[in-house]
Amino acid sequence: MSGALKIDDLVVGYGGAPVLHGVSFDLAPGEIVAVLGANGAGKTTLLRSLAGLVPAAAGALELDGIDLRSLRTEDRARRGFALVPEGQSVVGELTVDENLRLGALWRHRGRSRDRAVDGIYELFEPLARRRASAGHQLSGGERQMLALGRALIAEPILLALDEPSLGLAPLVVSQLMGTLRDAAAARGLTVLLAEQNVTSALSIADRGIVLDLGNVVADADASASDLAADETLRHAYLGF
Amino acid sequence: MSMNPRTHSAARTIAIGAALTVLAIGGTFLLDPYWNFQLATIAATLCAAAGLTILLGHSGQLSLGHAALMAAGGYGYALTVNALTDAGIVGLPRFLIGLIAAIALAGALGWLLGLAAARLRGPYLAGVTLALVIAVPAVATVFSGVLRGDQGLQIAFEPVPEFLSTLIAVEQWQAWVAIAVAGVVITWLVILTRGRLGLRMRAVRDDEIAARLGGVHAGRTKVAAFVVSAVSAGAGGAVLCFVTQSVSPGAYTLAFSLLLVVAVVLGGLGRIGGAVIGSVLIVMLPWLIGAAVGAFSLPAEVQQRLAGNLPLLVFGALLVIVMLVIPAGLAGILPRRAPRIRAAQADASESTTPRHITER
Amino acid sequence: MDRLLFLFATGLARGAVFALFALSLVLIWRAARMINFAQGAMALVATYVAFAATAATGSYWIGLAIGILAGAATGWGAERGVMRFVPHGRPLTGVIVAIGLVMVLQAVLGFLFGPQFRPMRTPFDDSPITVGGIPLLSPYDLFVLITALVIMAGLALLFTRTSLGLQLRAAAFAPEVSRILGVRVSRMVTIGWVLSSAVAALAAMLLVPTELGLNPHATDMLFVYAFAVAVVGGLDSPAGALLGGLTVGVAMTLVTGYLGATAAPIGVLVLLVVVLLIKPGGIFSMKEVRGA
Repeated sequence: MSGALKIDDLVVGYGGAPVLHGVSFDLAPGEIVAVLGANGAGKTTLLRSLAGLVPAAAGALELDGIDLRSLRTEDRARRGFALVPEGQSVVGELTVDENLRLGALWRHRGRSRDRAVDGIYELFEPLARRRASAGHQLSGGERQMLALGRALIAEPILLALDEPSLGLAPLVVSQLMGTLRDAAAARGLTVLLAEQNVTSALSIADRGIVLDLGNVVADADASASDLAADETLRHAYLGF
Repeated sequence: MSMNPRTHSAARTIAIGAALTVLAIGGTFLLDPYWNFQLATIAATLCAAAGLTILLGHSGQLSLGHAALMAAGGYGYALTVNALTDAGIVGLPRFLIGLIAAIALAGALGWLLGLAAARLRGPYLAGVTLALVIAVPAVATVFSGVLRGDQGLQIAFEPVPEFLSTLIAVEQWQAWVAIAVAGVVITWLVILTRGRLGLRMRAVRDDEIAARLGGVHAGRTKVAAFVVSAVSAGAGGAVLCFVTQSVSPGAYTLAFSLLLVVAVVLGGLGRIGGAVIGSVLIVMLPWLIGAAVGAFSLPAEVQQRLAGNLPLLVFGALLVIVMLVIPAGLAGILPRRAPRIRAAQADASESTTPRHITER
Repeated sequence: MDRLLFLFATGLARGAVFALFALSLVLIWRAARMINFAQGAMALVATYVAFAATAATGSYWIGLAIGILAGAATGWGAERGVMRFVPHGRPLTGVIVAIGLVMVLQAVLGFLFGPQFRPMRTPFDDSPITVGGIPLLSPYDLFVLITALVIMAGLALLFTRTSLGLQLRAAAFAPEVSRILGVRVSRMVTIGWVLSSAVAALAAMLLVPTELGLNPHATDMLFVYAFAVAVVGGLDSPAGALLGGLTVGVAMTLVTGYLGATAAPIGVLVLLVVVLLIKPGGIFSMKEVRGA
């Protein structure tokens, strides 16, 4: 179980109109890869089809050799895939503690579950202080922390995040990204990070993939000399 | 002389409606008295079913208690006719005034229901109409001084008019009256739904917020739809009273209300022709089953239970199957809960489209 | 005054049953976002099974136990067989399908058992105990009240203190997120139906012995009462179901006590209309919006 992801010629559409037109790329175990692109490029669709929330029309999705397409969403989670969805994904009616326990349910039992929950509180101190608060009482930053903690508590091997920085203040974003990088390194996680916030995503990523209108148009190292510096590429797809 | 398109199409509809009515009346010569009686019953049921199919199909509101609106019509007719009989008025004036009273009473009740409906989402309205129809026997009993409780009211027998009495029997005459009323009601409904009210109803049904933004007063439209369907049901109730010479709570039960829903769903929501098919079905199928059951030599009680329950079983099963298996055709007309999201067909992974409408 | 106390106390016992039945509606609302119009008919099936079991074994308690199991089975069958095919976001489809199911169930019961009213025994005495010269509750009423409260407390514990309860709540509040987290949401929905149906069966079995007799339409009014409770208390709130149930129970018992049993359906209708006109959101509910 290492977290190697293989996406081959993935075609995904909604009711007839394809959004992803044959996306292919691989993730090596432990890599942090940023998926970038303008609004409508297909980032969310890619992540949702990884999770099984949207059926793929064609192509292959393999995690450590296991065909993900044959598994339902809840079973993909049990195979080590975790998704932090876009926007509000914290269950507002449940407390912080309950949200975390929910994430840990299938993975841990009894004492080990308590330990796992405590582990997340150590990682995210502000959450520990709010453990009895209901999800809808949390601030935006706290919710993203909770969503991330809830994904980590199940000890996944592949973690996907859909625009985690959306709506957050810059300071909170950089803290979140830092925690994400450290947590991923400590756990040997493979991370797929879909982001519109290019700088913060590239700051922790090893590699960057650019999507435009459902196609991969760039796949390169995230270092400044390659992606960020190529002006034409940047301008056409990232808008600056 | 040129007419504007709406008047022209209304005139055409009236002409077609009149022609079909005359055709149906002609058909009564081919039937024996028993079947003419059944035909009259079907015509009365059709008034209510047509009203309900408009309400559900075009306005997207479900009423589980339409029999109560028929009851309002029936009782209104009976009370008025009895009062007129006491005052010495008979014949056509008595019938017409009774009919007007029936539709006025049913319309008023429909107006009240419409006011409630405008403030309630679908299932809640359905529940209120359910409570209403269950309350009908209670109302008859509580006001038994006027309404005579479970016994109900009887009205004077309306004989065939003199100039026809040598030509046709009473059942045929009753069928004529029933068909004539149904013809008028149906024609009126068709004109309405093809006109501005129909447009407004469907706009509100499909997307209430968009309709309001477009200047359509959603509440008033819903109330209007209810009044229209109540008036139709009231006419049906009056006709039923005319044909059976009586009105009682037992004729307007919850079971009958549900049968009206069956008629509307099986026939096709919003389609008047469907209401015709449905009305025929709900009146004729029990008879057919009764006859079929009678063909086997079964103990009397078994036969009775079978004949009483098998139609219900068939209708219920059909209702479930039609609603679930033909979603595009029928459910496509039922209103969706906002916001409008196209639901992808569920596959093995039970996937759903994203909550956002824009694509990424 | 004595009469008022008696009616009030009896109303609480009846209200507890209404609350229990309304709670079963809340369970399905949470699990499947629909008002189950077939709830009464499903509970009726279980009641007939209990009746037959009691007749066969001579024991009320065996009948009750088997009835609850039958209720659970009916819930499982209805969800797996019919209800899960109802498309989301089309509330009226669910209502019409449920009506079809009601017709099928009542037809089958009518065929098997006939239209006769069959009196059901109560395990405890049905006549009121006199406290200080005032007749109050009967032993059976007490049994009903206690059972209902115990069940409601049990459900509350299940939902708030157990992993299963957490999964059930999560699946109801946020099905997609729950699936992402590995929760088997469709199984949770089925369990929700099973629980709900078992609770409704129990409520019906507690109520029917106090009525004229078991018959294919014995639960029609119970559904209307429970629906009124849902309107008063809010469909999303178990606490609302309890408070609403007790309120409706007392109100209805007062109506039938002073105006006669035949006035009951009118009473419910008036209650419904009044509540819906004054506060469409329900008197006790916080969140549920049912306005058009």
